[in-house]
Amino acid sequence: MSAAEDVVPTDQEGQAVEAVPKRAMTLGTGTSLVVLALLILTPLVVKSFVTFQMTQLLVYGLAVLALNILTGGSGQFSLGQSAFYAIGAYASAILIEQFNVNYALTIPVAGVLCFAVGFLFGQPALRLSGVYLALATFALATAMPQLLKLNFIEPWTGGVQGLVVDKPDAPFGLPMSQDTWLYYFTLAITIAVYVASVNLLRSRSGRALMAIRDNEIAASAMGVNVALYKTLAFGVSAGITGVAGALGAIVVQFVAPDSFTITLAIQLFLGMVVGGVGWLPGSFVGAAFIIFVPNMAESVSKGLSGAVFGVLLFLVIYLVPHGARQVAIASQQLIGKFRK
Amino acid sequence: MHSRLRGAAALAVAGIIFAPLSALAQKTYDTGATDTEIKIGNIIPYSGPASAYGVIGKTEQAYFNKINAEGGINGRKVKFISYDDAYSPPKAVEQARRLVESDGVLLIFNSLGTPSNSAIQKYMNTKQVPQLFVASGASKWNDPKEFPWTMGWQPSYQSEAHIYAKYILKEKPDAKIGVLYQNDDFGKDYVKGLKDALGEKSASMIVAEESYGTEEPSIDDHVVKLKEAGTNVFISITTPKFAAQAIKKLAEIDWHPMQFLSNVSASIGGVIEPAGYENSQGILSAAYAKEAADPQWDNDPGMKNFLAFLQQYDPTANKLDGAVIYGYGVTQTLVHVLQMCGNDLTRANVMKQAANLKDLEIDTLLPGIKINTSPTDFAPIHQLRMMRFTGRKWELFGDIMSGELGH
Repeated sequence: MSAAEDVVPTDQEGQAVEAVPKRAMTLGTGTSLVVLALLILTPLVVKSFVTFQMTQLLVYGLAVLALNILTGGSGQFSLGQSAFYAIGAYASAILIEQFNVNYALTIPVAGVLCFAVGFLFGQPALRLSGVYLALATFALATAMPQLLKLNFIEPWTGGVQGLVVDKPDAPFGLPMSQDTWLYYFTLAITIAVYVASVNLLRSRSGRALMAIRDNEIAASAMGVNVALYKTLAFGVSAGITGVAGALGAIVVQFVAPDSFTITLAIQLFLGMVVGGVGWLPGSFVGAAFIIFVPNMAESVSKGLSGAVFGVLLFLVIYLVPHGARQVAIASQQLIGKFRK
Repeated sequence: MHSRLRGAAALAVAGIIFAPLSALAQKTYDTGATDTEIKIGNIIPYSGPASAYGVIGKTEQAYFNKINAEGGINGRKVKFISYDDAYSPPKAVEQARRLVESDGVLLIFNSLGTPSNSAIQKYMNTKQVPQLFVASGASKWNDPKEFPWTMGWQPSYQSEAHIYAKYILKEKPDAKIGVLYQNDDFGKDYVKGLKDALGEKSASMIVAEESYGTEEPSIDDHVVKLKEAGTNVFISITTPKFAAQAIKKLAEIDWHPMQFLSNVSASIGGVIEPAGYENSQGILSAAYAKEAADPQWDNDPGMKNFLAFLQQYDPTANKLDGAVIYGYGVTQTLVHVLQMCGNDLTRANVMKQAANLKDLEIDTLLPGIKINTSPTDFAPIHQLRMMRFTGRKWELFGDIMSGELGH
């Protein structure tokens, strides 16, 4: 065995992103309906604080989902999702606070704007692949908080002080609290985006993306416009992240440059890995991980919360390297055994 | 004389008769307070970019341990619930909501950082839960009309700038001022304070302004520009790393203006030592708290209390760390407010008492610096004292100065 042979990966194992067949990307119909029913019933039985946390979970889940489409779908890495999230959040906050636009209308605006930015950023970024693309997007994430502090846009962005956003009331006199309403509002958008994403990945375009992920050369030989689809994936991912950012701004009621640091991008990346790369429902499991596990770690030890978090993360990666997807498959097999 | 005594006796009798009744009537509580316990929430970055401030939370916990060991506040033990927000505003909102809605605290005390506090301010005021003694030097916490449930503690950056302006107007009326400031809320608040206090003269006295961003590797160019503008007063509104660079550069280009250094960067270990003691002689700054390293407080009763506290309740803390002195002082203020509340532990009464502090002295504040608040003044500390760097330490001089304008 020569040294040269060592470094050349000869099979799928060598790939960073494991290929996921398209059917395995979603949940079965029955499971989906059960999860949906649980999500709808949740606010009726829990405190408003938990409702708020669940809303945050959906928001982060959307952002992780966006990254999942990019990485799990087309095989590109991004550490710059926090930048698109910030653009979406600021677009929504500025429209609501400075131009008195209805909050619901700001969400599609944020999505379209981020799609455009993502598509444009995708043009030059296309020439890069793998770790180099990750680095380029990393640069974008690092630059974003500073760009938001720029003097000449301060009349709109509020500079370092940020912007406070008003919380919307439930419309049509619906008898529910602001928190509950925001939850259902977010849930509706989440479901719409989720269904659209699943359909996208099952469509012709989705197959093209997966072909690119699995083998770029083979894909282009089959007639897939590699450049176009890669940029599109980038744009779609950025657009969904922008929608998540806009929802995030409304839910948290505040945007400031310090809310969108590189830490956020890394959290989203983490959420994707924990949820299972390429498995869309896992995005929400990953979001739950990045919201709840730091709190758990903190309750174990205040001074060492970071270390405890690290240990938990390490355990997850060591025990279930494919994240929530692996757990889901294992439990499915277990249930299958019982049925026999 | 007689009648007064009789009156007093009558009152006493009435007191005995009505005592059980009135005691019942007086004991009113909001969520977070009971006969035996007061729950206090807190948000501090124990992790993330500002985790150095985590020490404040630790000191506060230790101080409440001391209070509980000594019998609590009016017989009630304090339960201090402190959460980490990693200096992230969305996380701060989540933690504030958890404290208020899930843990049911009476108030949130000393939450840290301008962005995090901005993020939760509206929520706290809508919920009418005190956001008491915010740990940030921004001047916006003193706005009782808009935000009656939010109150700061330390002197604002503007107050400090007012004091430098007053000093310049008095000592160097013909000053040509050059300002170097960090381009963020801290720097801008400061410049605003400076201009407000100089008033009409600000346009003629401030000859040059240079701002820098924290991403710049060096601020040497800015210093040189200020010198070339012909200024004879240099005001350095900088954070420690840049403050040290500026002091060094001044020495390097052999420029010796009257030099002011913001209190944020007045640390001897963090700024003066790296910049060189030689280069730092004569620099002016201002302070409101004592420094444990300063021998002049060796026999000071307040400092003795502080050191005794550290020894018994927080032996691993570094007494030279300004955050420890800070945490001790701000917690002592809160305990005083809660003592004043007596048995009326409602959120409204907490704010009422906090807005009614008269000449309160705290162990770790400089002698003569007193905490005063009123329903229209939510800035507890606005006094500072000028100091000059001499030899290897800061020497306080002059009177206690007020950062309020028109005094």
